[in-house]
Amino acid sequence: MPGKKEAAQGTGYPVRKEGLRKRRRVGETIIQSLLFFAGFFSIFTTLGIVYELGKEALLFFRTPEVDPWEFLTGTSWQPHINEFGILPLATSTFITSLIAMTIAIPLGMAAAIYLSEYASHKVRRTLKPILEILAGLPTIVYGYFALMFVTPLLRSLFGNDVVQIYNMASGGLVMGILILPLIASMSEDALNAVPRALREAAYGLGATKLEVVLKVVVPAALSGIAAAIIVGISRAIGETMIVAVSVGAGPNFTFNPFQSAETMTGHIVRISGGDLSYDSIDYNSIFAIGLLLFFITLTLNIVSQRIVRRFREVYE
Amino acid sequence: MSTTADSNYVIETRHLAIFYGDFKAVTDVNLRIQRHKITAIIGPSGCGKSTLLRSFNRMNELVPESHASGQVLFDGQDLYARQVDPVEVRHRIGMVFQKPNPFPKSIYENIAWGARVHGYRGNMDELVERSLHQAALWDEVKDILHRSGLALSGGQQQRLCIARTIAVQPEVILMDEPASALDPIATLKIEELMEELKRNYTIIIVTHNMQQAARVSDYTAMMMLANGHARSGTVIEFDETNKIFTRPSDKRTEDYVTGRFG
Repeated sequence: MPGKKEAAQGTGYPVRKEGLRKRRRVGETIIQSLLFFAGFFSIFTTLGIVYELGKEALLFFRTPEVDPWEFLTGTSWQPHINEFGILPLATSTFITSLIAMTIAIPLGMAAAIYLSEYASHKVRRTLKPILEILAGLPTIVYGYFALMFVTPLLRSLFGNDVVQIYNMASGGLVMGILILPLIASMSEDALNAVPRALREAAYGLGATKLEVVLKVVVPAALSGIAAAIIVGISRAIGETMIVAVSVGAGPNFTFNPFQSAETMTGHIVRISGGDLSYDSIDYNSIFAIGLLLFFITLTLNIVSQRIVRRFREVYE
Repeated sequence: MSTTADSNYVIETRHLAIFYGDFKAVTDVNLRIQRHKITAIIGPSGCGKSTLLRSFNRMNELVPESHASGQVLFDGQDLYARQVDPVEVRHRIGMVFQKPNPFPKSIYENIAWGARVHGYRGNMDELVERSLHQAALWDEVKDILHRSGLALSGGQQQRLCIARTIAVQPEVILMDEPASALDPIATLKIEELMEELKRNYTIIIVTHNMQQAARVSDYTAMMMLANGHARSGTVIEFDETNKIFTRPSDKRTEDYVTGRFG
């Protein structure tokens, strides 16, 4: 019985079809729609989150007690007396993130450069997985590390009367330690992706290792490094558990890192963990905070993409 | 520069062998490279031509676990002696690679980069212009100096790489199949340029293209996998190019240059 599948005489191939007409390939179509669905799904989720945030936040801003301008510029956040000024929460988010990034960016970059350019193959093979494990530790562990280890250390260094038990400094420092491996690992990938030909070009001109690294490899990897830093900053701003455990549980408008305060995320977690009724202003207020957080990271992403596009060196 | 060796020879190898880990890639090479001449290294793929070339400015060291035995004398001084700084070696013996690899910076910066690294204090604009002139690229790029080097065509990129190498004023330029990624017209330009450059520099070129070796070089080294050494290459014949291509003394060279090699 000569069927379609039967080999054409002697060639080993199925019988060749007549003509050059387009064929329907079912497998291709299925895969294509699956891939489209996967892409669509993530966009849909994001839109859903924005919708939900926006809806609840709108409820909050609609309440007569709330003034949007007050919300953005007020320096007191005391929901029980209807004072909704975001600044105490925002400044402490800003300060803890700033402390975290001053730790994470330089150390993370240094670690990345060491791993990618200086470490021997063997050292890199051992160190990189360890770094990645560090990045995967539950953040609650970091939170208690901040509270039980870093805070006592800070207090013994600067004095118990200067450093409060809950303070932004220790939360920020530990957050820096959390983000460091993330930045190191992503930057290392970016440095590694710089073609060997570029390094050889620089070595061939008689450049030293440091010159090759700092003047050729790092500039060429800049967009990847910037991406790492942005992810790091977003992570710092959004980080919750560490600050909830170690920074404090009450809004405090201060720029002193040794005082206790409450970040935006810390506040959200405390309020939502309590026994608030739905539809109360308090409850709705946390969606407004969430929306603001969302806008901050979004702006950060857009701005940094612009900056990177201007300064990066495209090597291919 | 004062020398102990014959100053006609800029590079001289003595029983040079190059290893990658335990693998001996190149065996027992004894060459004397004449100053201000073009020396071509030819031979079949995988016989160690590039490895040999890269040993002349210690570029091989960038490959982990590679090492060399024997000597490479540069103006009489052993490049592999312990007190020799590879950075200094590469400053004196520059390199142009197979695939054009300009920095992802402007044309101007591509030239100025090496000069800055070496603390050049003269007029940078002049240096850039002079180097581009010498590389026969100036007229094509003089109005777009601040455009990326990667915006140029392949042949222009390779001349930019040559200009960049010239800018740090080496004594020797190593070229590893510099025209193999280029079309015939760009190749011709590179070859004319080499002819021009040989007045001031010594050039050693690795090439797959025998016509190219015959056209441009004064001396030719023929490499081949050596008998008795598993997969290890060596120079089987080294002589004036003329002689290599017309009356080689080794049968294997004759077979190779006449295309009879299987």
